[in-house]
Amino acid sequence: MLRFVLRRVLLAIPSLFGLLVLTFFLIRVVPADPAAALAGENATPSQIAEIRRQYGLDRPLYVQFAVYCAQVARFDFGESAYSHRPVALDISQRLPATLELTVTALVLAIVLGIPLGTVAAVHHNRWPDILLRVLSVGGVAIAAFWFAIELQMIFAMGLDWLPLRGRLSTDLAAPSTVTGFYLIDSLLAGRFDLFVDAARHLVLPAVTLSLGGLATIARFTRAGVLETLQKDFVSYERAQGVPARALIWKFVLKNSVVASITQIGLLFGGLIAGAVVVETIFDWPGIGFYTVQAILTADYKVMLAVTLLIGVIYTAVNILVDLVHGLIDPRLREQL
Amino acid sequence: MLVARKFAADRPALLGLAVVLAVVLVAMFAPLIAPYPQDVSVSHLLLRLKPPSWAHPFGTDYLGRDIFSRVILGARGALLIAVMVVGLAMLTGVPLGLIGGYYRGVAAEAIMRVTDVFLAVPQLILALALAQLMTPSLTSAMLALTLTYWPFFTRIVYAETRRLKSSLFIDALRCIGASGPRILFLHILPNCVSSIIVRATIGMGFAILVAAVLGFLGMGATPPDPDWGLAISESRQYLPDAWWFSTFPGLAIFLTVLGFNLLGDGLRDIVDPRLRRSR
Repeated sequence: MLRFVLRRVLLAIPSLFGLLVLTFFLIRVVPADPAAALAGENATPSQIAEIRRQYGLDRPLYVQFAVYCAQVARFDFGESAYSHRPVALDISQRLPATLELTVTALVLAIVLGIPLGTVAAVHHNRWPDILLRVLSVGGVAIAAFWFAIELQMIFAMGLDWLPLRGRLSTDLAAPSTVTGFYLIDSLLAGRFDLFVDAARHLVLPAVTLSLGGLATIARFTRAGVLETLQKDFVSYERAQGVPARALIWKFVLKNSVVASITQIGLLFGGLIAGAVVVETIFDWPGIGFYTVQAILTADYKVMLAVTLLIGVIYTAVNILVDLVHGLIDPRLREQL
Repeated sequence: MLVARKFAADRPALLGLAVVLAVVLVAMFAPLIAPYPQDVSVSHLLLRLKPPSWAHPFGTDYLGRDIFSRVILGARGALLIAVMVVGLAMLTGVPLGLIGGYYRGVAAEAIMRVTDVFLAVPQLILALALAQLMTPSLTSAMLALTLTYWPFFTRIVYAETRRLKSSLFIDALRCIGASGPRILFLHILPNCVSSIIVRATIGMGFAILVAAVLGFLGMGATPPDPDWGLAISESRQYLPDAWWFSTFPGLAIFLTVLGFNLLGDGLRDIVDPRLRRSR
């Protein structure tokens, strides 16, 4: 198992290196003149030349790349042109907000998706199944930003049931940081009012973000359960007189969720990307919102750091998924 | 014929095909169908933000333009982007996949590593960053989407090529002296066509969805284009009173993407029976 883990981690190195090269090219090579872009629209040629020297843009590309790698290794991404603070600091303060949102959305998707998929499979080709099929194709086809706006319009502006934007009401102070998750920190501080307020703020963004994942998990669970139901051991248990309910929820489901685990891993990367849109609409102070601000203000250091961060999270989750698979199914360890 | 009969029995796929055909027809004849085709650029400030009525079934926007007409005219832009993006991504991705899968060596290996890197970055963020770097416009949005989508074609064609490469008929072709490009383009490519078509159909939905996000964030279509994403972004200031302003363009995106996804799913069931959705 240890060899398997090591080999899997080593395999990720080329793709991480590729990520470095890709981000470097995106920032330094794709724009016609990065120095001019940095200097702004009204810069004089001498100002542009000054910036070029200051950022080392006049040196050969391979030197620039080496400098860039060294900076990344030290988590030194420079200062954001937008907030005038170190990018690494900005990100570390915003990451918990995004993680709280994405983890909540993922939990929602799993908690609802697995039972939905199972019910659909048990009622194969009858109305719950058909309904789920429509919902699962529809869930992926909906534009998240539009869905978010419709939710805001109905539940925040129209019915006034839930807050429109943000992570907490403006008159409340954030709980002291332990985990950075407001839901947990507020409970640790014994502030139940904060917990309720944070939870209310979380509902609409989390529901929006979970939609695509919910559809995918339900679909894969359905396929997995349908396949397991064909197996001999199910007929055997049934013949033994195991009640249908226990059979499905205990034996069949346990054998069906393996395929869903891969999907959950893949989904997490997708959720972080989806957070970019959702956070923008709900003014959620996470890295997604930060990314869009950075992209709109052409803050290239932030774009770089965020793209790298998300790429690394993506790669890490993929490794984790493979490791979990290896744990469940030892045969997979040999294939690597 | 068997394929056609199988497809005809798949109701969701037929529904998808119907939706896609309807959207294509609407896009082709948009200026004839739209009741107020001049509302692409003409504004009527006296009529601004009127709720749906017989004269304006989807209401009017903040410049008094008929939303029904603009949704119909917007189908053109959406389909155009999708066709361009998927077409260009196919032209880039498919040959790379063929080369990467057939030949051994540094170049082939490099192609596949680059593909992996592109797949490791979330498509949406890559598209946003690229679109912004190339100064926002519809062309940049299209190029950015193409640059994010080609690896999907490369991956699929690569896998198929690797599988076919070791089959007997390829060995036979080599024995009678067929050249590499001849085998690739005349014998392996035709065997990949069905998977490419499935991927392209799903890609159309993806391109429309992400193009809408780009338009919404102000990195795609520019006013006064009748773009669906742009319209939703313009509507945000007038909510919740002008609910029709955001709702109808959003429904148009939803229906179109749904159509392509249903069709893609149905085609995949036929092409790859192992992934059969409804056994």
